[in-house]
Amino acid sequence: MNCRSVKQYQTALSDEILLQVEKPARYIGNELNSVRKDKETVDIRFAMCFPDVYEIGMSHLGIQILYELFNRREDTWCERVYSPWPDLHRIMKEKQIPLFGLESQEPVKDFDFIGITLQYEMCYTNILQLLDLAQIPLFARERTDGQPLVIGGGPCAFNPEPVADFFDLFYIGEGEEQYDALLNLYKKMKREHKGRAAFLHEAAKLEGIYVPSLYQASYHEDGTLANFTPLFSDIPAVIKKQVNKNLTDSVYPEKPVVPFIKATQDRVVLELQRGCIRGCRFCQAGMIYRPNREKEVEKLKELAQKMLASTGYEEISLSSLSSSDYSKLEELVTFLLKECRAKGVNISLPSLRIDAFSLDVMSKVQDIRKSSLTFAPEAGSQRLRDVINKGLTKEDILHGAQEAFCGGWNKVKLYFMLGLPTETEEDMRAIPELANEIAALYYDTVPKEQRSGKCQVTISTSFFVPKPFTPFQWAQMTDAKEYIRRAGIVNETVKKQLNHKSIRYNWHEADVTVLEGVLARGDRRLSAVIYEAYQNGQFFDAWSEFFDFQKWRKAFETCGLSIDFYTMRKRGEDELFPWDFVDAGVTKEFLLREWENAQKQSVTPNCRMRCSGCGAKTYGGGVCYEDKN
Amino acid sequence: MKIRIKFRKWGVMKFIGHLDMMRYFQKAMRRAGIDICYSEGFSPHQIMSFAAPLGVGITSDGEYFDIEVHSTMTTEQALCALNEEMVDGVEITGYVRLEDHAKTAMSLVSAADYELTYKEGYASPYTAEEWENKLREYFEMQNEFPVVKKTKKSERIVDLKPFVYRFEVLHGKTAGFFLQVSTGSADNIKPELVLSALYERCGLSYDPFAIQIHRTEVYAKEKDRLIPLLEMGTPIIREEL
Repeated sequence: MNCRSVKQYQTALSDEILLQVEKPARYIGNELNSVRKDKETVDIRFAMCFPDVYEIGMSHLGIQILYELFNRREDTWCERVYSPWPDLHRIMKEKQIPLFGLESQEPVKDFDFIGITLQYEMCYTNILQLLDLAQIPLFARERTDGQPLVIGGGPCAFNPEPVADFFDLFYIGEGEEQYDALLNLYKKMKREHKGRAAFLHEAAKLEGIYVPSLYQASYHEDGTLANFTPLFSDIPAVIKKQVNKNLTDSVYPEKPVVPFIKATQDRVVLELQRGCIRGCRFCQAGMIYRPNREKEVEKLKELAQKMLASTGYEEISLSSLSSSDYSKLEELVTFLLKECRAKGVNISLPSLRIDAFSLDVMSKVQDIRKSSLTFAPEAGSQRLRDVINKGLTKEDILHGAQEAFCGGWNKVKLYFMLGLPTETEEDMRAIPELANEIAALYYDTVPKEQRSGKCQVTISTSFFVPKPFTPFQWAQMTDAKEYIRRAGIVNETVKKQLNHKSIRYNWHEADVTVLEGVLARGDRRLSAVIYEAYQNGQFFDAWSEFFDFQKWRKAFETCGLSIDFYTMRKRGEDELFPWDFVDAGVTKEFLLREWENAQKQSVTPNCRMRCSGCGAKTYGGGVCYEDKN
Repeated sequence: MKIRIKFRKWGVMKFIGHLDMMRYFQKAMRRAGIDICYSEGFSPHQIMSFAAPLGVGITSDGEYFDIEVHSTMTTEQALCALNEEMVDGVEITGYVRLEDHAKTAMSLVSAADYELTYKEGYASPYTAEEWENKLREYFEMQNEFPVVKKTKKSERIVDLKPFVYRFEVLHGKTAGFFLQVSTGSADNIKPELVLSALYERCGLSYDPFAIQIHRTEVYAKEKDRLIPLLEMGTPIIREEL
């Protein structure tokens, strides 16, 4: 019999605190497959932070990949950190308890690196919360030798400027490529007792590494960027995005950490591919993860088996930007169905294109009566769908819905964006009109005696936020009042539909959209605003119960910066953007060409149909070289 | 066939609540290759039921749950396979076969043993001898031991005397208490309710953070005799397919 030693496990928080706060399991570590090392045997201690609550952060695949990547190194111990919930935040501030890593329960202020992933703009104040609780200076310039280096990464690091002042360095692109080189350099220079400044200077020469303090920005009188240049001649002027060229053979968490409490994504996650061939003009992920690269199906089968065995999860989910475009999807799903059925494991399907195949699969894994089908037309009219290059046609949607209704479904969800470039009232009204047609189709398709209740069409609209490195990076936004007016038009039109009783409409808040828009396309002057907002008590802005736009508005006033400058201003085609120093693979010429195509409502075919010359081909892999051995 | 499993829970695992422990064991069953039975339907779940939920903050040497399996390893093999898959703070200590018509642990639970001790940094207000005197005066010599039992909806006075089977002082570095109380769906008595009532009689205010509660055993009742739940099954010596 295997009798485990009764190890004493000292938590950073006392029993009293852990029994007072909501969900103490967020803070105790000890999860299955979490990695504990002897700190005396490692050279580098890395705190990997997700600036949101545990249940959200634990659901993130990227962190699990990096955790595996770092902990494979014998000289490195990577631990996880999530944002303490406001209840614990208050206690930690009051009792001066320093932020700690979950695995060792030791203060991260004694670590070598604090890595923070930037997944969405609304987490920016939580970066400051983490640094504040860690008890290290919020501004990079105030940190000294012996304090951790704060490194940022993730999709928002493609425009790191709004948070530039808080980070010592950023990693632009996919972590698998350059982290070993960075850690090796750090270890070497630490051994040589080189200081912080010397290390940052050397690190800045590595491809994909951006050290904001080594660059200077100057501005025109109208507030737009005039110049952005390195301070030293040996520091690169352009930072090249890092791309993993061999997804199949690269590191993957075969033993992912399994939380005790239910996380948002509480299942095995199988990454099918990175990038997307579609080229929707609003989608940042579809641009910055180019070129599209698939993982070999045999590898995916092997990973699925290994991960189910190492976690005991009861569910497996497929992850990718557009799973239907994965070339071996049918083979993979057939394999998983067979494999999982026997073991009582569920398959959770991401939003697939609705067709005969996906409906057949869904009918096998879900209860049709309870589940709903999701379409993301993004825009109501064909005209506007052509503007955004969303390939989905009305015929596709109606055909898919009809097949679904015949298959027994009666609930449909539709996702749209309001505020897309060139949007007219006609486009807005087209949203409920499409919903109405779908509802009518149900009543035409399914004979009365076979109907299981009413048809239910749910429309959700979010407001469009232009993102860097998309063809819409030049687009103007409007103000919150105008967004709400547009949602009002949709709402009024819903009421006028013949089948309005079968249609439900939800819309997002507008204030948060405006702020997201500012932070997405902001420059480094915004660091002062984010700092001010945090000082005003703002954090967990991604949570509507904590978001307070008035406090943000005040922060902008205090800093003398205008919200409208970042959102409402018309950006010229020759404007130098704060993120232009990043080479994201897609060229500015391509993005501009696509911006012009959008005005002309001209559709660009997907990468498999025809290469559009976006620039990502220089990475030498993926879809750009399919069938071209 | 029906299997009863006994486990210990200590250390940081005391912060993992009952429902999360169930989810934890469902995954552990799969990892350990236990041939557990599933329910029918679109989201099949394992046939598994826990004896008596343990509150957050409490440790235990006597936790139980029952499962149904298609086939089974021997007790020794199963203990090994399961313990291979445990995190620090959980250990499987029993794996026995029940008779096919056996009732679930949950429906049988009738009493549980607890040890209540002072946590590090907290001192007992009395010595063990002094506590013994208080216990005699306020509990043993009394015919009734009424307490106010608060629920979300109401407050009512309950006499605990018939439900507290044993209440003794433990002699250690500092004093502590041993309690055997009625447990289960009918009259579920929480040990802190009993101890806080004694505190109140002594004119002391009860600080729940000062006391570590540790469950040591859970019993079923058979003909007025309390039997540890594990003893209702038999060890498996040969694999059964």
